[in-house]
Order: sequence, then C-alpha cells, then structure tokens
Amino acid sequence: MTRFGLISFSGCAIMLALALLPAAAQPGTAPAIPQTVLMKPADLANDIKAGKAPVILQVGFSVLYQQAHIPGAIYAGPGNKEEGIDNLKKQAASLAKDKPLVIYCGCCPWEKCPNIAAAWKELTAEGFKNLKVLYLPQNFGEDWADKGYPVVKAS
Amino acid sequence: MRVFAFLLLLIAAPALAATTPIKAGQSAPDFTRPGFDGKPVKLSAYRGKVVLLDFWASWCPPCIEEAPHLIALQKAHAGKLQIIGVSMDDSEPPARAMAKQFPFNYPLLMGDAKFGGLYGGVLGLPQIFLIGRDGKVIKMWRGEMKAGELDKAIKEAVG
Repeated sequence: MTRFGLISFSGCAIMLALALLPAAAQPGTAPAIPQTVLMKPADLANDIKAGKAPVILQVGFSVLYQQAHIPGAIYAGPGNKEEGIDNLKKQAASLAKDKPLVIYCGCCPWEKCPNIAAAWKELTAEGFKNLKVLYLPQNFGEDWADKGYPVVKAS
Repeated sequence: MRVFAFLLLLIAAPALAATTPIKAGQSAPDFTRPGFDGKPVKLSAYRGKVVLLDFWASWCPPCIEEAPHLIALQKAHAGKLQIIGVSMDDSEPPARAMAKQFPFNYPLLMGDAKFGGLYGGVLGLPQIFLIGRDGKVIKMWRGEMKAGELDKAIKEAVG
C-alpha cells in the first residue's frame, strides 16, 4: 500500500508511471526467503553483546553502509547489481562455508528490498550451510538503530 | 584513568554514527547543493514556505511509487509548499535516469552519507521531513506511512 490517498490520480496515470520503473526500482523478492533462515535483530544484538558475533555482511547500498552499519559488518553489496554480486562473491571467497554468517540490508521495507533475496540466493548456491538473514521489516533505522543496537559509521 | 577513558572516547568518537534523525521542533540544517538542473538549491532560500524534504533513491520502490503523488502535492500547494527531492543513490546516473521518468516540478539533488548525517542519519527509505515556514521540523517519517497521513500534515502546515 502506498502512503498517500487524498489527492486522486487516474488509474491509468499510476499504472503508466509504475510501468516505467527501471529494474533498479522493482520490488524485491525477500518474502521468498525461507522463514527458517531469518534471524531476529534482538538475537544478533545479543550475540554481539556476548562476544559471539558471526561474520556479518551488509548487502545493501554503500551510502547506507557509510552512514551506519553493524559493528564488524563488511560491505558486500548492492545485491541488486551485477557488480554488487561480484563484490559479495569476493567477500565470501575467504569465508569458511560451515561457519555462522549473517547478511542484512534494511534499505527499505522487507517485501520491497531489491538486495537481500539476490544475496541470499547467491550465498546459498555457493554452499554456505550456516547462513542467516537478518529480518528488518521496515528498515535498518527503525529495526536496528532505533532499538539501541550498536552501530558504527564507515571510517 | 578518567583522562585515559576520555581520550579513548575522543579517538572512538569519529566512528560513532548519527542514527537519531532531526526531531520535531529542531531547526532543519541548512544546505546548498547543486540541483539536477545545475541551479543551486538552498534550503533557507525557501524560508516562509513549508518545505518537504524527500529522501529517495532510484532503487527504492516505495519512493518511486510516491513520485506522482509528490508532483501532484507540489502542484496543489504551489506558492505555499516547496518539495525538495534528495537522492540517496550511490551514484548520480541512476538517479538522473529516474528523474527523466517523471515530470518533476520540484528540484532534485544528490545526497550522500554526509548529507544523511546532517539530518541525523537516513537509515532507510523513504524518509521525509516536513519543515515549517519558520525552518523548524514539524514531523519526520521513515518507512511507509498510513495513507493520507502526509496529505493531512501538509494541509495543516500550509494553512
């Protein structure tokens, strides 16, 4: 559902505008990620607090990562672009496939995220057996930073 | 020990991220940046008008879905409302390509991490600041909001 409503548009105008969206703005496929691999923000925050942080990859956009990211997270995005998947492969190449690994994005609402599903699919295909996907329903700000969980910005 | 702790804090400070957006009642930080049309966009130049600062990106479906509505809002409240679109794309070409897809009737400019930090962190899109005629933030929305909520707030702000 869109956020607006009082000023009306003809159905044709909206359909035309949305049909013009380039691939970069097409809704993501995050809901296709199995529930069993989703990780709650509180659980990851607890792991970090306990000194048991897994390897964390941020697969979203660079501007978001530069502003704030989970401590220790490595930039490996964006998942919606070929060069982003190449970056993900590069970062993942040195990781053990049986060790805990968490990926996250949080650029926009979960069901519309253009990055996370592509990154999950790539790492699953590469054989990462202990892969979790951080579930951020709204975005990184609402579901992580605003909860008081730790963040740092890129140096 | 306290001195050591303080020095440690100073060293660590640059790594701390701005994660609390500018709140209602606070002055909206002024900025001047070149718009996509080459003309400078200066926030304080719009003092006396209600300003809607819309952080968007070409990769953000809800942001793009909103574009026709924002264009209509600008038209409906011309003279009283000024919308400014700030792209948070990682680079300029996709933002400019998207700008060509809609008949934008308000200035668009490029943002970046520094710009996001100026407003307390843009840690998810869409993010919108409604700024009053006095230059103070009336309300901030991050993520999706209820239908009609923005229209109502703008109507109240423009009077």
